[in-house]
Amino acid sequence: MKRKRRISYCQAINEAMRQEMKRDSNIFVFGIGVPDHKRIFGSTSGLVEEFGKERCFDTPLSEEAMTGFGLGAAINGLRPIHVHSRVDFLLLAINQLVNMVSSYRYSTAGKLKVPLVIRAIIGRGWGQTFQHSKSMHSLFAHIPGLKVVMPTTPSDAKGLLIAAIRDENPVIFIEHRWLYYVVDEVPENSYTIPLGEANILRSGKDITVVATSWMNVESLRAADILTKRHNISVEVIDPRTISPLDINLIAKSVNKTGHCIVVDNDWVPCGFSAEVASLVSELCFGRLKSAIQRIGFAFTHCPSSRPLENCFYPNAFDIVRAVERKLKLKPVDLRNETFYSYENKFKGPF
Amino acid sequence: MKKKLNLELYKKLFLIRTAEEKIIEYYHEDEIKTPVHLSIGKEAIEAGICQALRDEDQLFGTYRSHGIYLARACQTDAFFAELYGKATGLLKGKGGSMHLCAPNFGLFGSSAIVGSIIPVAVGAAYANLMKNNGKLVAVFFGDGAMEEGVFWESLNIASLMKLPILFVCEDNGLAAFTPKIYRQGYNSIGKIVSQFNCTFIESDTTDAEEIYNLASCARSKIFEKQLPSFAHLRYYRYLEHVGVEEDFGAGYRSKEEFDEWRRKDPVDLQRKKLLNMGIKEDWLRKIEVGIEGQIDRSIKIAKDAAFPDSNELCEDVFYEKEKKN
Repeated sequence: MKRKRRISYCQAINEAMRQEMKRDSNIFVFGIGVPDHKRIFGSTSGLVEEFGKERCFDTPLSEEAMTGFGLGAAINGLRPIHVHSRVDFLLLAINQLVNMVSSYRYSTAGKLKVPLVIRAIIGRGWGQTFQHSKSMHSLFAHIPGLKVVMPTTPSDAKGLLIAAIRDENPVIFIEHRWLYYVVDEVPENSYTIPLGEANILRSGKDITVVATSWMNVESLRAADILTKRHNISVEVIDPRTISPLDINLIAKSVNKTGHCIVVDNDWVPCGFSAEVASLVSELCFGRLKSAIQRIGFAFTHCPSSRPLENCFYPNAFDIVRAVERKLKLKPVDLRNETFYSYENKFKGPF
Repeated sequence: MKKKLNLELYKKLFLIRTAEEKIIEYYHEDEIKTPVHLSIGKEAIEAGICQALRDEDQLFGTYRSHGIYLARACQTDAFFAELYGKATGLLKGKGGSMHLCAPNFGLFGSSAIVGSIIPVAVGAAYANLMKNNGKLVAVFFGDGAMEEGVFWESLNIASLMKLPILFVCEDNGLAAFTPKIYRQGYNSIGKIVSQFNCTFIESDTTDAEEIYNLASCARSKIFEKQLPSFAHLRYYRYLEHVGVEEDFGAGYRSKEEFDEWRRKDPVDLQRKKLLNMGIKEDWLRKIEVGIEGQIDRSIKIAKDAAFPDSNELCEDVFYEKEKKN
C-alpha cells in the first residue's frame, strides 16, 4: 500500500495558500515580513516567486491601516490574506476588526461581501513573554460578524485555511507556533473542511476533554498516560472553529461520558472555556456526573524565565491530575513520564 | 456648457441644503431617531467633488455624509426612509444617518469612528489599481481625522503604493466643539502632507464650480502622475456638531466668524452666479419648487413606510449562500 504523504503544519498552511492563489488570481497575501527571507516561519515560502510582488508583499508597520486596507480590497472584489507573525500585533488593529471589518456587511445592508482572511500566530517559549504569546480567540469570537478558526493538525490547517479563503466573510485564522513542527498525513490535492465543524481527535467513553490549539497536543498526551496508567479512555474534541462553534458534537460526547474538562490555550476568566462550560451545562444538564472543569493559562502575564513560564502554561501533567480528581482516581507517579519540551525542537533565538 | 455645469451644481447644492433644512423642520417630532450631522455649510465641497467624479468612481464618507449621498444619487426616498428607520431605507433602517451606503451610486460606506474609513478607501483603491479599471476612490474626512494615527498610516500607504485615491479633508476647524489650537501641534497641514509622495491642493472657496474644477484637475493628475492627491478644503459648519440647532452662544466660536462665511454661502453664491449668467429667476424657482416637492414627497413616503420586520435583526451579519444575494 502506498504510504500517504506527510508534511508539517507550516507546509500545510503554505500549500493551502499556494493552491488557492493558483486557482484564483484575486487572492493576494500581505503583512509585515511576508516576503522577507524568514517568510513568516516558512509559511509564506515561495509565494512571491510564484505569484509576484503585487500578490505577495510586505507592508509598513501599520497594522490598523493595513487591516482597513484588507477590508477595502475585499469589498472591492479581491480576496486578501493578511498575515501577522504574532496575535498580539493584531491588537493594534482592534478598531478596524471590531468597528469596521465585523460590521461592514451589516453596515451595507448586505450589499457588500468581506472575503478577508487574517492569519495570526500564537507565540510561546524562549522568552516570548506577555506581548508575544496571546491567543485572543475569545475576544474575537465575542464579536458578531467574525469567524474564528484555530486548527491543531496539519490536515485541518490546510482544509480549514482553504475553506477560510473561499468563505465570503471575514475569518481570523489563529495558528500556534509550536504546531508548525507537527508532521502528519496531509492530502496533496486541494480540499476544504467546513468552518463550524468540530472533530474528535481521540475517541473515548469515560471523560470528554475539549481543547484548543496546542492544548490538544497536551490533552492527547494526557489521554495516552491515562489509558496506560488508569485504563481510562478519554475523548478529546478539537472544536477547530471557535466561532461558529459546533457545540452539538461536544454535547453529544458529554452526554455519553458524563464528564467534561475544557482545556483552553488562553486565560480562563470570561473566555472560550466559560462559553463551552455554559453551553454544555445547558445541553447536558441531566447527564453530567460532575461539574465541568476549566483549565487555562494562569491569570497573570506570561513571564520570560523558563521555570516561571512552566507554571504559567498548563500541560499534560495538569490534565492527568484534573482527570484523576474528577474521576476520583488515586494520583499515579508521573516522574517517569515524558512531557513535551520545546527544546527538543527548538534552540532560539526566534 | 458652463451654464449647464453650473445648473447641475446648483441642483445638487439646493437639494442638499433643502433636505437638511427639512430635517431641521421635522426633527422636533422625534420620529427621525438618529443623530444627524448636517452638511449645511459644506455643500460646495460635496456637490463640486461629486460632479467632477465619474459614475464608476467610488466614494467613502463619514458620519457627516448626507451631502455626498444626495449629490451622487439625487434621489431622496431611500435617504429619508433610512433616517426614519424604515424597511425601505438605504440600509433597511439598520444604519441611520451616520452610515449611509449606496454602492449603486458609488458610495461604498461611511463610518462614525473618526478616521476609520480612510484605510478602507485605500484598500479599495489598491483593488482598482490591481484591476487596472480606471476607477478613482475619493475619501472624505474632517480635520479631526488628521489627529488619528490611522490617517497618517493610510496617507503613507497610499503614497508608497502610488494608489489612485483622492483624500478630501473637509476642514471646519472643529473636532465636535474643540478648535484646532487645542488639537494640532503644527501650523500647516499642507507643509506636512506635501512631504509625502502625493499632490497637495488647498482652497477655502465656497464656489462649487471652483471645487469642481479643482477636483476634475486632481482626478486627471492622479492617473497621469500615478500618485494620490490630497485636497485640503476649508468650510464653515453652520450648525452644532450633531443636531439641528445653531450654537453660537456656546462660547467656542463667534457669530462674527459665521457672518463672514455666511456672506459667501455656497448655495446663495451659486444662485447669484446663475442669475448673472442670464438664467431667469422664474425658471430657477421652478427647479427649486420641483426639488422641494420631491423632498416633501419622500418625507411623506418615509413616514408612511413600514418599520423593518423583527426577523431582519440578524440578517446580513454574514454572507450565507443559501439565502438571498
